[in-house]
This record gives sequence, C-alpha cells and structure tokens, in this order.
Amino acid sequence: MPKKTVIPFGPQHPVLPEPIHLDLVLEDETVVDAIPSIGFIHRGLESLVEKKDFNEMVYVAERICGICSFMHGMGYCEAVEHVMDIDIPDRAKYLRTIWCEFSRLHSHLLWLGLLADGFGFEALFNECWRIREQVLDMVEMTTGGRLIASVNRVGGVLKDITPDMLKQMKAVAENVGRELVPVADTFLNDYSVKSRLCGSGILSKEDAIALGACGPMMRASGIAVDHRKSGYAAYGNIDFDVITSNDCDGYGRVYVRIQELFQSVEIVRQAIDKIPDSEEIMIKPKGNPKGEYLMRLEQPRGEAFYYVKGNGSKNLDRFRVRTPTFGNLAPLVHTLKGAPFADVPLLVLTIDPCVSCTER
Amino acid sequence: MKSFHKSPWLLHYDASSCNGCDIEVLACTMPRYDVERFGIINTGNPMHADIFCVTGGVNEQNAPVVKQIYDQIPEPKVVVAVGTCACTGGVFKECYNILGGVDKVIPVDIYVPGCAARPESIIDGVVKALALYQEKHDKMVKEGRGLPEGE
Repeated sequence: MPKKTVIPFGPQHPVLPEPIHLDLVLEDETVVDAIPSIGFIHRGLESLVEKKDFNEMVYVAERICGICSFMHGMGYCEAVEHVMDIDIPDRAKYLRTIWCEFSRLHSHLLWLGLLADGFGFEALFNECWRIREQVLDMVEMTTGGRLIASVNRVGGVLKDITPDMLKQMKAVAENVGRELVPVADTFLNDYSVKSRLCGSGILSKEDAIALGACGPMMRASGIAVDHRKSGYAAYGNIDFDVITSNDCDGYGRVYVRIQELFQSVEIVRQAIDKIPDSEEIMIKPKGNPKGEYLMRLEQPRGEAFYYVKGNGSKNLDRFRVRTPTFGNLAPLVHTLKGAPFADVPLLVLTIDPCVSCTER
Repeated sequence: MKSFHKSPWLLHYDASSCNGCDIEVLACTMPRYDVERFGIINTGNPMHADIFCVTGGVNEQNAPVVKQIYDQIPEPKVVVAVGTCACTGGVFKECYNILGGVDKVIPVDIYVPGCAARPESIIDGVVKALALYQEKHDKMVKEGRGLPEGE
C-alpha cells in the first residue's frame, strides 16, 4: 500500500488566473482524492441589495464576473423585468442577443487560449487571444467598455447599435469564423493536442446527471441541455441546434466549445439579419418590484440562476445567483480522482473555471 | 542590475476581483499589446518576480495569501494595484467581506484606475513601476544591501 501524500494546489498557481485551492491526495503519481476549498474571492455582493436600489444593482450584478459580465447584468435585468411585468422592446431583445453571443465568442476564445497554455502550446494560446481582440473591439465600439459593457438597464438597453456598426459587427463575426478554422483544426486534429486531451477527465453520461454538471461539460457528456432553447431574449426566433459530443472527455469539451464558437457566429449573423427597425430600445420602469422570479440563462460556462425577490420598496429583499462553475465543481472533483498528477492543471481548466462567479 | 530594468518579471495575483482586470493583465502579454517585446514576462513564481500586480479589493480569506506572496518576492519589489477595486475597494467597498484596497494589506507603490483597467493603463503603470524599481534598487546599493549595476 503506497503512502498517501497531500499536495496543495493553489490558491496562487501559474495556470490559474484566479485563486482556488485544492488539496490533492496522491498515491505515487495518481490523485486519489481532491478536496476543494473556495472563498478566496467571496465578496458578498448579494448583500449589497440592502444598500443599493434595484437600478443600481445592475452595475453590481455586472461585476459578478468580468468575463460573462454582460450576461450577468442581463440575467438580473430579465429577472427584475419579469417581477415588474415589463415586456422590453423587440429591438432591445435582439441587441441583447447580439451582445450575448459576442460575450460567448470572447469567453470561449479566452478559454481555448488558457487551455492551450495549460498544455504548453504558447503559439496557439497567442493565436486564440489575437482573434479575441477583434471581438473585444466590437464590444468596445458598441458599448464603450472592453469587458464591463454596462449597457443593460431594467427595461431594456441603454445604447442602440447603428446600422453601420451592425454591418461591421457582422463582418467581424464572419472574419472570426474564418480565422477560427485553422485554430479549430489544430485543436481537434493535431496529434500532440489530441494525445493530451483524448481520454483525460472522463465524465460519463450517468455521472454528469448525478453530479449536476452544466453547460459544455454536460453537453460533452452527450446530454443536450441548452437554456438558450428556452427562448429568453430573442433566442426564440433564432434557429440553432444544441451541440453535443459523446466523447465524455477533455477532447469532447474542446469540440463542444469550438462548435459553439461557429454557432455563435451564425447566431450573430441571424440576429443582425432579423433585427427589427425601431427607435424604441428601453421602457422606463414604473414603481418598484414586488414579487419573486427565478431567471435561468445559458452562460458560456453553463446554466446560471438569478433569483430576485422584491417587497415593493426600491431595495430588493433578496438577490441570489447560482453560477455554472459551482455546478461543475463536483464533476471536477470526480474527474480528478484517478487522474495522473501532471493532468491536474489541464483537468481544472477543462471545466472552464470562473471562480469570481462561483464565490461572488 | 541593468537586466532587471530591461526585463522586469511580473507576478499577477487575483485578490478578490471580478476577473475583469485579471483578464486585462493577461491581455497585455498577448499579440495586440505584447509587453514581452519590452522584456516583461508574466511569471508564476513569486521568487522570480520583480513587479507584483494585484487586482481586487482583498477579502478576509485572501489577505494572508497576498501578504505571504508579497513576503516571498525578493527585494527590491514594486507593487502595482490594478483596477478601481484594488485602489479603493470600488463597487464592492460596502461589502461585508472586503477590506477595501490592496494598501490595507501590503504597501502599494502604483495605483492603476479603471473598471476594468485597460491594458494601456496597466502597461503605463508597469512602466512607471520600472522607474520606481530603479530608485529602490539604487537606495539599496547606497545602504550596502545590493549589488551595484553591472555586477
């Protein structure tokens, strides 16, 4: 019986842009158990609802996480809109959809880069981030911020996108699609990349359901769950298929995310073609929210919940967020068991961890 | 010691930020901004680092980690607080768990504002940190604690 050793992983670690701590129990080179401890980025921002009114909370909700910032703001706004029974203008719905897909593009590209860095492929890392800059440029052009867009308001969006900008956004999205082809080819067909990804971090279909995985992690285990299909914002009018893979391993997760990038380009194209011409992009909310609502939406990392409860005053009673990485932590611990020690950074990356979201 | 001035190594740590500034710090090393052409390298080891970029408002659990990393960086060192949260606590200032600014935990030399701080301003902050680094180094030499330049 080999002796067990405990190796601490994190909170400060070269592959992690954010702090998370894992206690890895090793037998020789094999991980037999992993005990995650979180809380390094816990800010307690949900409690800010007591101090800030429901309009100001949009800014706080956007800062849950800098990567999917737009979708956090939108999730909160949609939840409050449902409570207040506001039907936002159609154009605003389409604008939200376009920005959502741009966030997805930049988030997935960021992750692909970090993954390439995780297995030591620096050139691929740089290439992914080079493509990502074009996406950020479009976000900056239309909203004014590279990461924190701050265009969502309860009742719609603050800024409109002019027809010229829409044309440019479409061109950039199509260009991203073109430039992605060789990158996708390297990720999916390169011998060295495949030897690193195939068969690592296996999560079977049954385990994925039992452990409550979400997002690309769930879809890579062959389960077609995508909350965009529930038709929030303008997704109901857009034609797309849920991408799944039956590989159940790291390769499957890369495959799903790469196909989603191409899908996002297609959704942006469709949304820009279908966007209705109108001046109206915002309805000013009247009164204060009273009642409760649970909003679910599909973030780049998976399904996120936004629960709001209003009591009729300008401050909400409760705001609760459950983010995708939290759901994926249990599957992560499961995939780590039995993995070689050298694979740990890679496996941590394959769930696309966003610790800021998880701990809020 | 010229080599330090020409090639400062940078350590980045997320002390309870929203991730936005962290991504921008990483974006600095990417082809668009490419700070590596100035010799700035993003390292993961505190013992190799010269400049410490901290983002976020530091919470109770993270404070000892930040302190520990700071202690591990060899002298001379420059601390750059990246982003509004790292400067003052920002939007999270009123949160129960946030100490409010990196300077509550470790001494900070350069403050880079912005939410999220733009790569240009982060690079500007790091360049300012270089001058300070030289100053600190010269002071150490004067006190007989470091090697003079060229040795």
